[in-house]
Amino acid sequence: MNDATPVIALSGIRKSYNQGTDTEIEVLHGIDLEIGAGDFVALIGQSGSGKSTLLNLLGLLERADAGDYRLDGESVIGLSDAALAERRNVRIGFVFQFHHLLPAFDAIENVTLPVLIRDGHVDAAALAEAAALLDAVGLAGAHRRRPRQLSGGMQQRVAVARALAANPAIVLADEPTGNLDSASSDDVFTLMRRFNRERGTAFLIVTHDPRMAERCDRVLEMRDGRLVAGG
Amino acid sequence: MALSRFETTIAWRFLREGRFQSLLIVIGVAAGVAVVAYISALISGLQSNTIRRTLGTQAHLVFKAPDDAVLPVLPRDGAEVVIGDVQPRAQRLRSVDDWGALVAALDRDPRLVAVSPMVSGSGLAVRGEASQAIALFGVDVARYDRIVSLRERLVDGRLEIGPGEAVIGTELATQLGVRIGDRIAVSTAATATGDRRENLRVVGRLDFGVRDLNRRTVLVTLRAAQTLVDLPGGVTQIDATVRDVFAAEAIARDQAAQTGLDVQSWMATNAQLLSALNAQSISTVLIRSVVMVVVLLGIASVLVVAVVQKQREIGILRAMGATRGQILRVFLLQGLIIGMAGSLAGVGLALAMVALFMRFVRGADGAPLFTVAIEPGLFVGVAVVAMLAGVLAAVLPARRAARLDPATAIRS
Repeated sequence: MNDATPVIALSGIRKSYNQGTDTEIEVLHGIDLEIGAGDFVALIGQSGSGKSTLLNLLGLLERADAGDYRLDGESVIGLSDAALAERRNVRIGFVFQFHHLLPAFDAIENVTLPVLIRDGHVDAAALAEAAALLDAVGLAGAHRRRPRQLSGGMQQRVAVARALAANPAIVLADEPTGNLDSASSDDVFTLMRRFNRERGTAFLIVTHDPRMAERCDRVLEMRDGRLVAGG
Repeated sequence: MALSRFETTIAWRFLREGRFQSLLIVIGVAAGVAVVAYISALISGLQSNTIRRTLGTQAHLVFKAPDDAVLPVLPRDGAEVVIGDVQPRAQRLRSVDDWGALVAALDRDPRLVAVSPMVSGSGLAVRGEASQAIALFGVDVARYDRIVSLRERLVDGRLEIGPGEAVIGTELATQLGVRIGDRIAVSTAATATGDRRENLRVVGRLDFGVRDLNRRTVLVTLRAAQTLVDLPGGVTQIDATVRDVFAAEAIARDQAAQTGLDVQSWMATNAQLLSALNAQSISTVLIRSVVMVVVLLGIASVLVVAVVQKQREIGILRAMGATRGQILRVFLLQGLIIGMAGSLAGVGLALAMVALFMRFVRGADGAPLFTVAIEPGLFVGVAVVAMLAGVLAAVLPARRAARLDPATAIRS
């Protein structure tokens, strides 16, 4: 991969639900989009505009009906389920609105989950990396705490650390601060920005918060299944 | 199935997270395994005890000369013979032909454990004014001991029988009022050469555990019996025990074909007992199957609920790159762990139940009713089946979990 290769390149992506039935509805009407390495991009749009569907497609959680999707220069359209899972593990990090940590695992175990999935075990180096990430998100003293012992903001910081654990090319964040108070929101946003600058990881952040969108390098806006700005 | 720490870690944590649920189903599996293992051990103990008791006082195979048959009249000059009535022939005591050679041959048959020639007949034992109908057995004690373990049954006196000596059943001794060293007169009736009578000194008393045998048995030497029943140099039957008691009928048929003798196996003479045991075995299999199905359904239902409860976590794991195969294995492994834990606890419970049975269930004489053998094979077998049942029960829930659409699961 050279610098000119975008992390994400979509062309003519279409997606419908309930295909072949009376209730068939096309939610993405031909999306073209490029996100380069190290980009810090906001995705805004009203509910029902297709943001979540686009994010799911980008995250390889759903498949497009038409168009091409190149991740790190590789077309992922025809890949098998197992190959998609492997690409998700290695190249994509997720931060969800409701942090979605696994309650049965403590903070550092949650952070090492992508490594555990990838390698089948967590070696000392991966553990040290996870510990460093948790320290970096300001949770130095909370490595062994379970999610229920952490505040919402702390949980979301663990989620950010987890998204970065496998050193992905891009982190997809679905309203990562939507459930947090403004101070915590600011913390989490600053954290993502810092990792973006320090590690060169690209971020695509879905948000309803215009202030947050303003602080991103680029703002994509979706309306009725189309990118109307920033694509 | 390639398992890594991922599958084992997630499976274990999921089970631990829902520990109350997990504990309940493990107890359920344990109860099922315990019932299956206990019933199996009990029934197999009961059956082997019944067989042992039945076979303890009888030979597995009895070789006898074939019955005298009514010979058909040969038709003369092609004329048809019409027989309106056939009178069965009276069966006289007859010797097994060339029995010495036959005993030697049977001694070499690897399927047989012991072979013992015998002269048997009926008679009367008299002492003073008391008389009892008896079953007279002329045996080679060393050989006959290996058929019915006489030594274990000897109450007092000795087993070695010399000329003019007899060993008799305890009940008969009581009826005739004899002690060791006393004499009884034994007579047999209506032989071709008239009645025979001999005075015998009682040298031992036997308790067969069967009242009728104790009341009628008189053991003498082969030669004495031959004289008493007027069968010089002959034997009326040859008893044998076989290595595999359930192969007795097949060996009997084989030997009958080879020797031309009438060979009866214990299985033929105890057909009713065998069919009762068989019915018992079938019932046990039925009970075991039903319990295993219940165990299977229990594990399956708990895992189905677990899949629903863990839907979001499954979605997150899939988003982080877990494959369908990994998720499938996580749930199969949960089934296996439940099956294993349940089996271990169940086997322990079954052992405790067997111990309690042996300790508290006793006959009128205070001795255990019968011995329940703890066969490791049975317990290991039941445990392995329960573990497999755990995996089997997990198949459907696991497939359901693996098929979950990650995007939908995360939103759930």
